[in-house]
Amino acid sequence: MSLTLFDKIWSTHLVLPRDDGPSLLYIDRHIVHEGSFHAFNALRARNLSLRHPERVFGVPDHYVPTHSRLAKEAASDEVGNMIVQFDRNMQWGQVPHFKLADERQGIVHVIGPEQGLTLPGMAVVCSDSHTSTHGALGAIAFGIGQSESMHVMATQTLWQIKPKAMRVRVDGPLAAGVSAKDLILAIICEIGAAGAVGHAIEYAGTTIESLGIEGRLTICNMSIEAGARFGSIAPDDVVFEYLHGRPQSPKGEQWDQALAYWRTLKSDDHARFDQEVVLDGSHIKPMVTWGTSPDAGAPIDGVVPDPARLNDAAERASAHAALDYMALTPGTRLKDIAIDRVFIGSCTNSRLSDLREAARILRGRKVRVPGMVVPGSGLIKQAAEAEGLDRVFIEAGLQWRSAGCSMCVAMNGDAGQPGERIASTSNRNFVGRQGRGTRTHLMSPAMAAAAAVSGYLTDVRQFS
Amino acid sequence: MNPSQSVFEPLQTLTARALDLPGANIDTDQIIPARFLKKNRAAGYGQYLFFDERFEDRLEDGFEERLDSHCTARADHPLNAKNSPQILVVQDNFGCGSSREGAVYALVDYGIRVVVGTSFGDIFFNNCFKNGLLPIRLPLADHLALRTDLSPFGSLTMDLVNQCVQGSGHRASFDIDPFAKACLLQGVDEVALTLGYEAQISAFENSYSQRFPWLTPPVA
Repeated sequence: MSLTLFDKIWSTHLVLPRDDGPSLLYIDRHIVHEGSFHAFNALRARNLSLRHPERVFGVPDHYVPTHSRLAKEAASDEVGNMIVQFDRNMQWGQVPHFKLADERQGIVHVIGPEQGLTLPGMAVVCSDSHTSTHGALGAIAFGIGQSESMHVMATQTLWQIKPKAMRVRVDGPLAAGVSAKDLILAIICEIGAAGAVGHAIEYAGTTIESLGIEGRLTICNMSIEAGARFGSIAPDDVVFEYLHGRPQSPKGEQWDQALAYWRTLKSDDHARFDQEVVLDGSHIKPMVTWGTSPDAGAPIDGVVPDPARLNDAAERASAHAALDYMALTPGTRLKDIAIDRVFIGSCTNSRLSDLREAARILRGRKVRVPGMVVPGSGLIKQAAEAEGLDRVFIEAGLQWRSAGCSMCVAMNGDAGQPGERIASTSNRNFVGRQGRGTRTHLMSPAMAAAAAVSGYLTDVRQFS
Repeated sequence: MNPSQSVFEPLQTLTARALDLPGANIDTDQIIPARFLKKNRAAGYGQYLFFDERFEDRLEDGFEERLDSHCTARADHPLNAKNSPQILVVQDNFGCGSSREGAVYALVDYGIRVVVGTSFGDIFFNNCFKNGLLPIRLPLADHLALRTDLSPFGSLTMDLVNQCVQGSGHRASFDIDPFAKACLLQGVDEVALTLGYEAQISAFENSYSQRFPWLTPPVA
């Protein structure tokens, strides 16, 4: 029988298979952040303990200050307490973790691959919807809630219904100035915000294969914005070379064993997918979003769409509400939209190649709006500084911060002001996501840098 | 607490005030803004439900810790009505976005026991069952028929045993996983059940670590 990549990994994790409902699935790796306090509290309330603390890994990222590495310098005592509480829970559970001051600290979905904590063939969970990021290594990785997190802590397993299979196939070379972020924004526009609900996506095709590891992480990261909890790419030499020598990657004989197995992790030629989506990679242009859902996007040379053209009354009302919140008028050229702030960071776009892309545009230029650049991990920060990228950002007029989720989710106090329009490399343009009343336009790091320089949404191809 | 003790009020049948809530793709950031997720559950999350829509914005800062003194309830918001609903009828892809279980805590603590929609965010959908909140997925025609009874409030009856939801003019059947149904009827989650499979999990781990030795991390 022909199997998908997902089928193969799923089947090796079945503790109790069931066809007519949820199966009991074994979990290799469980990553936790400060939000885990609900799970730890629930565990203690039931007098339970962690079955395998060594399979859990913790790092604070959501609430951490990015101007300091001290919990006491967090935005408020309540925010700082989230970091202190996290450290206490790590100690209570004997969970391996990085503390805030550790140079290896960073965003959960950045440090997992960076440390080799997540590997091909694994089942990975984290109470964060962007856990699909790790699927770029050829894992099945998915976001869970706090109750499920507690269940994994207690049993190392999870009851899950097998999702349907969707393949997103993209072929052809990307044009100059077009990045993985533009590609995934175009894919989400094609599928819709709910188009992949109940599905696991596999990304395939020559465009996907041509991406480096960081671009692939960006693609898989945003699967949830099309509704899918899972997004994977068959692992190849790009992945294996990336993982070789990582702190937690297998070594010696075990590496060879692992590699032989990893090479089998791909969908069979005749594997069946419930849905198939096909895009021509060569037609994709730099993208920006204009609305309050990640599927409300358009190529930068386009205009704000007119809700009146929508046939469905409910869709029309939603589009009107989105434009009202975003303070945009139908027909406005996207390039005529002035911005107030820029954010370069998040688990979508905070890796070294993202920072290089932004710096390429900012080098020797000045920004017209305030903003910050937040690397995804302390190690990325070091690497960026070693090649002088920090100087480029600072000289352009941006703030250069330490690692964390920061303004992607605005839980740590890094937030925009009400009414501000933000060019952001993050993953969600939801109402109030970057602070109450803020208006977010999603785009690639190079596009955000170009917007910062011109003060307007800008076609980065003008800068090449 | 004993692991098999009930973790929420059992749900069997419910005849209650229902509210038709407009808007597709309502994300969990709307249901509960991120700044409230650090709050202790003990004080209840109901006050944070749809906070930014329900309360007048008098904040000068996008990140605001002090909320009560700066915000007043919007009288025209249906969730601020005197008789609060226990059933919500929602649009496509309700609960999409962030995995935050706080969205479910907010709904449950406000008093919602049943959410009737056409599709839900996958993570939100799973989170509901662990907290005694029943998400019901209906075909579009049934969903539409039930909504015609609500303007925007009305009364609906949900019967979990017989898997149906009924308004004054329409009765719709719904599917539910038998195990999830049993948990809701008894007010328990699956932790106790899974702990009962200890022998199977240990046996799995033994063969798994032989097959994939590189996936078994050393015990500290």
